[in-house]
Amino acid sequence: MGIGASPRVVWEGLPSFYKLMGDLFPPNWTVLPALVQPAVQTLQMALVGTTQGALLSVPLILLASRNVTRQAWLYYGARGILNLLRTVPELLYAAILVAAVGIGPFAGILALTVFSVAIIAKLTSESLEAIDPGPMEALEAAGANRLKMVRYAVVPQVLPAYLSYTLFVFEINVRVSFVLGLVGAGGIGQLLLTALNLFRYQSATVIILVTLAAVITIDAISVRVRQAIV
Amino acid sequence: MKTNVAGLVEPGRWRLWAGAGLFAVAFIWSAQGVEASLPRLIEGLPLLARIVALMLVPDWSWAGRSLSGMVVSVQVALLGTTIGMLLAFPLAFLASRNISPHAASSYLGKQVLNLIRTFPEIILAVFFVAAYGPSALAGMMAIGLHSTGSLGKLYAEVVETIDPGPLEALRAAGANRAKVFWYAVMPQVLPEFLALSLYRFEINARAATVLGLVGAGGIGTIMVQALQFRRWEIVGMALIVIIVVVTLIDTASAALRRRLV
Repeated sequence: MGIGASPRVVWEGLPSFYKLMGDLFPPNWTVLPALVQPAVQTLQMALVGTTQGALLSVPLILLASRNVTRQAWLYYGARGILNLLRTVPELLYAAILVAAVGIGPFAGILALTVFSVAIIAKLTSESLEAIDPGPMEALEAAGANRLKMVRYAVVPQVLPAYLSYTLFVFEINVRVSFVLGLVGAGGIGQLLLTALNLFRYQSATVIILVTLAAVITIDAISVRVRQAIV
Repeated sequence: MKTNVAGLVEPGRWRLWAGAGLFAVAFIWSAQGVEASLPRLIEGLPLLARIVALMLVPDWSWAGRSLSGMVVSVQVALLGTTIGMLLAFPLAFLASRNISPHAASSYLGKQVLNLIRTFPEIILAVFFVAAYGPSALAGMMAIGLHSTGSLGKLYAEVVETIDPGPLEALRAAGANRAKVFWYAVMPQVLPEFLALSLYRFEINARAATVLGLVGAGGIGTIMVQALQFRRWEIVGMALIVIIVVVTLIDTASAALRRRLV
């Protein structure tokens, strides 16, 4: 039983770990110019995946909210699908989609889309269920149809939450997009995988540093933007 | 400034449209950059539907192997979380403004935690796999290290919000530092530390399934092989096991967390 981990095993592996760390330095900065385009492409993957996810999540948000969807089977069905989608990690989606549609950014974007739909729809539908029922009741009393109720009573109330969750997911997706390539799903991570497989550790260092820089920058920007919106 | 019938200030419409326009341009530019297009997405749908249909008929003869792979993943998550808890504990007190011996050590502690946290788990896993060979051990270490950073930061936030009252009372009564820590600090932070660790364990259980994709053991190893040979019925089986076990862990952990805080 167990995974065979012990302090001794960890200890005995340390020399090879130190050696590996040593091989990472000095960083081979000459590869940096060649990384700009892949880094931009990686951010583009995150942007496209998040946007597609945000758009596709709209019907699911409405279906998974009890105050909008009164048919129990539709509501529970939508909730169930969202919970199911949320259990599977993004990188697992990516690995599966790479096998399905081939290596490259397309698989990565699809993975980001599926995951974004699940998170945005789940979080936003929870906000939607907590909105003030007054405006909806007023519109209903005035004889407005479902579509009008959503447009004038629901949208104004949940839009800030929806945008804020979308940004939150974008932040996660940027982080993930930089490592999607490790399972073959495009972006700068694929260069990292190649560099490691060819034992070009000093180039790998630069790719990792670019990744860390991108993650830190996006975190900082995202915090600011979210403060401005909410 | 525009006002509506009720005399309220209307939010700047043009700003909303400008934002939307800017975003649309960014989206189109990005979509072209990654060669993603709606036609391509629609073209791919029948293929995806076929694959999903294949996964929905899982190969039950792989249920046992999938389950034992998942057990390894859960063990990896459990050990990794424990390592993270143990390492995060001292670091969190070092990083917290109120308990840290000095402002400089608090700053240093925070920066160390931030640095650790920035490294994605899967990159750590790739390195540990390179150093220790493909094994669950590598996964455990990657999760342990990453959890140290994320738990340390959260623990430190808990420590910074404790009530100073009991500490002062004990100090006034002449208790030494160890006594103050044990009787005034620990009771205040422990339940929250445990709740945060449980939550981290939920995240780590998912992460452990993924790390196998880069050689860090567990059910991910089965997944990688099944995907390599496009054995969708095995992929489907492994996915079912992951979904069921992760859901069970989430539910149990959430129930426990509710009792803690």
